[in-house]
Amino acid sequence: MSYLKVENIYKQFAGKVALEDVNAEFEKGELVCILGPSGCGKTTLLRIIAGLETADGGKVIIDGRDCTMLPPSKRNFGIVFQSYALFPNMTVEQNILFGLSEQKKLNRKQLRSRALEVLELVDLTEHKNKYPFQLSGGQQQRTALARAIALSPGYLLLDEPLSALDAKVRSKLRLEIRRIQRELGITTVMVTHDQEEALTMADRIIVMNNAVIEQVGAPRAIYERPENKFVADFIGTMNFYHNSTGDFGIRPENIILTKNKPSENYLTGKITFLEFKGAMIRVYSKLHDNCEICADLPAETAAAMELTENDTVYLRIADRHLIQYAEALEAV
Amino acid sequence: MMLNNKQKLQIKNPSQSILMLVLTFTFFTGMVLPLFTLFIKAFQNSDGGFAGFGNYLKYFSQPALSYSVINTINVSFITSVISTVLGFAYAYALRRTNIKLKKIFRYAALFPIFVPTVVHGIGLIVLFGKQGILTQLGFFIEIYGKTGIILSEIIYTFPQSFLMFYVALHYADGRLYEVADSMGCNALVKFLRITLPEVKYTLINSLFVCFTLSFTDFGAPKVIGGSFNVLATDLYKQVAGQFNFNMGAVVSTLLLIPALLTFAADRALNSGNFSEISSKAIKLKIKDNKLRDAMFFTVCFLIFSFFLLIIGALTLDALMKYYPYERSFTFGHFKFSQSTGGIQSFVNSIVMSLLTAVFGTIFIFVYSYLIEKGKEMRTLKKIGRLLSVVPIALPGMVIGLSFIFFFNSRENPLNFIYGTVVILVLANIVHFYSVPYVTAAGALRKLDKEFESIAESMRIPGWKVFLKVSVPMSFPAILEIFMFYFVNSMVTVSAVVFLYPADFKIASVAITHMEEAGDIAQAAAMSLLILLVNLIIRGSYEIYMFFNRKHQKKMEEVMLDD
Repeated sequence: MSYLKVENIYKQFAGKVALEDVNAEFEKGELVCILGPSGCGKTTLLRIIAGLETADGGKVIIDGRDCTMLPPSKRNFGIVFQSYALFPNMTVEQNILFGLSEQKKLNRKQLRSRALEVLELVDLTEHKNKYPFQLSGGQQQRTALARAIALSPGYLLLDEPLSALDAKVRSKLRLEIRRIQRELGITTVMVTHDQEEALTMADRIIVMNNAVIEQVGAPRAIYERPENKFVADFIGTMNFYHNSTGDFGIRPENIILTKNKPSENYLTGKITFLEFKGAMIRVYSKLHDNCEICADLPAETAAAMELTENDTVYLRIADRHLIQYAEALEAV
Repeated sequence: MMLNNKQKLQIKNPSQSILMLVLTFTFFTGMVLPLFTLFIKAFQNSDGGFAGFGNYLKYFSQPALSYSVINTINVSFITSVISTVLGFAYAYALRRTNIKLKKIFRYAALFPIFVPTVVHGIGLIVLFGKQGILTQLGFFIEIYGKTGIILSEIIYTFPQSFLMFYVALHYADGRLYEVADSMGCNALVKFLRITLPEVKYTLINSLFVCFTLSFTDFGAPKVIGGSFNVLATDLYKQVAGQFNFNMGAVVSTLLLIPALLTFAADRALNSGNFSEISSKAIKLKIKDNKLRDAMFFTVCFLIFSFFLLIIGALTLDALMKYYPYERSFTFGHFKFSQSTGGIQSFVNSIVMSLLTAVFGTIFIFVYSYLIEKGKEMRTLKKIGRLLSVVPIALPGMVIGLSFIFFFNSRENPLNFIYGTVVILVLANIVHFYSVPYVTAAGALRKLDKEFESIAESMRIPGWKVFLKVSVPMSFPAILEIFMFYFVNSMVTVSAVVFLYPADFKIASVAITHMEEAGDIAQAAAMSLLILLVNLIIRGSYEIYMFFNRKHQKKMEEVMLDD
């Protein structure tokens, strides 16, 4: 049975529906990302799981217990906000001890050793006497994480925990959070709008849009088999095209692009633009029916092919990479 | 969709809700109910029967009384124009020129805030009165009457006007001036087309605020008005002299009019799209201009000298045996006569101001915390926020009179606070409520809105986060509120003149009595004592901020990271 479960959650704010009949389950020890564009309801769902908001309808079940109306203080979770909300007038250690000291069963010595333990875990021992303003963004983030796990909570909630950081620090901290989460084996729900973050960190991803869940699945499954056009378009890049047999989607990296005409099963296009992306080149070409399509090639391959704009190229698409959809999306 | 949970609506935090109810109730008792009683009185005859507009007709049918309406408008209008012009020039000098002594000028401009308005009158009497220092030197002005009132009100309202412009002129988009330079605009064109539109809103606001302040001031006309009647002195005479409370209520409602107009004007101006400084704005570089600097330095120096002259004259009068006849030095005037209040009145003022500052600060900070950060009772929060602006529109005399009506009524269970220091403290807390509320709410809004959520998740009780995080983080604001309450309570006359108990006279009122008794030297001495105490309080605040400003700023920056 799942550790955490939301059933038929409904929530509205001043007449606007934020969550419409949302159902989700979270297994013990897994890290689930709720991914979606801003305003899709993902943060509201997290806050309902935390008890910081009350759902207008539906149930929140934690460890088999109906916790829908339970206040946050009775739910036993740790949380990290986008702003971290570190107490600015307390040192790193004091931030952690502030919550710990409410644990009546621990004595002073045990409190301190627990604080040091979590500081060790996030590698901040040497900074324990610093104030938040003396820390870098990444260190502040880790302090917030240490504070959240200090009370050994039943589950961990992360609300856009990395979005305030620089790209470099962010990718380093992704691994760091993942490592700590695995080490503790703590059920974790993380809200993010960053698909790369979700793909690299999550055991499972819940994709949300417009107050509903669009798809749930492992990162790989979501990427390779997006169930609808929203998911396909939101995660990674997807070409959509339409022919007599229906609407299809194809990832740019799954298109084989050649300058020599293949024997069969190909499309003909004219290069409109070459986009240099470092390790890869993205080739935009226009098909005979004016439909634009892009394909990714390793930069080296592209160089060897000596591609230039207005070249005629041939595109081959393996059937197994084709994803069929019911209706066409607007041109991307 | 099932809306099952709405019915189970529950109060998550009962202690917070109870506190919110109690504070809202207190606020209503302190402001809304007394005001309501006052309005009723204005439309009642002395027997308590309904009089409609009868009281108003009676008031305006007495030529002497309706004259004071014209007098008050006349004085307030002149004051507001002069104060606004001077405040603008002074602030412009400090913000947009390269004159020297800026720091000294800035602090000097605030001098009038630290003494009761009666002191401006006393100062002028010492300078220009029958035995005045300047009069002796041959500068004679008929200071009793209109001229004296206008001068006093200018001194009183100047700091307000100055502070408004000082803030408004702080931010300037240097790019606009550079573009104007590149187009060859001269200084006058730049001033008229860039600077003036920038401060247009402040200009109008300053006119309204200065008008309202002098319209409702009681202290200065009381000591220097002579036979020149204004509404505030009328009100005093109706109530304290003739016990005509209904007429007093009528005048009170008239005193509210300029404040209401100010609100209306403020709304109208704010609803229009007045431009904000773009975030791309670059700092204005002030160019060298010797002539401009010389002119503005002169303006500042003259105003500064005038203030210095007043303080100097008060000091001279307080420390000399009997100016101008006996010019020997003495501390004798600090031995205050018992009949006019004695040194006890000074002690009483300090006690009252401390109590006001302590309870006012606690009330405001807790109440605004519940309003800004609380999760319960949305409607009460909204009401609390809306009503927080009302006291700024209430003249002290209106509060004083409404308190008489409300608390002196025998049916009121709170009747026992009437005639005690409690009612003075309550009147001051209400009277000066609006500015500290804005300070507190502003400081609280700077705090990360998730502090409470984090605390809840860690099972830290709400009061502990409040005491260990919100209070220390807002400490400068708390000190500022404390200081504001203290200083204003030390100088107020109007709110407390109807309310002070016979055995608890306060210093600002004592000064008016000393003046009435002809003890100008004692009045000057008492004025200096008030000034001194206020400067000590303000100075301590400045020193604290000097040492903690940087640390505080850094702590606040952490919360701005997202």
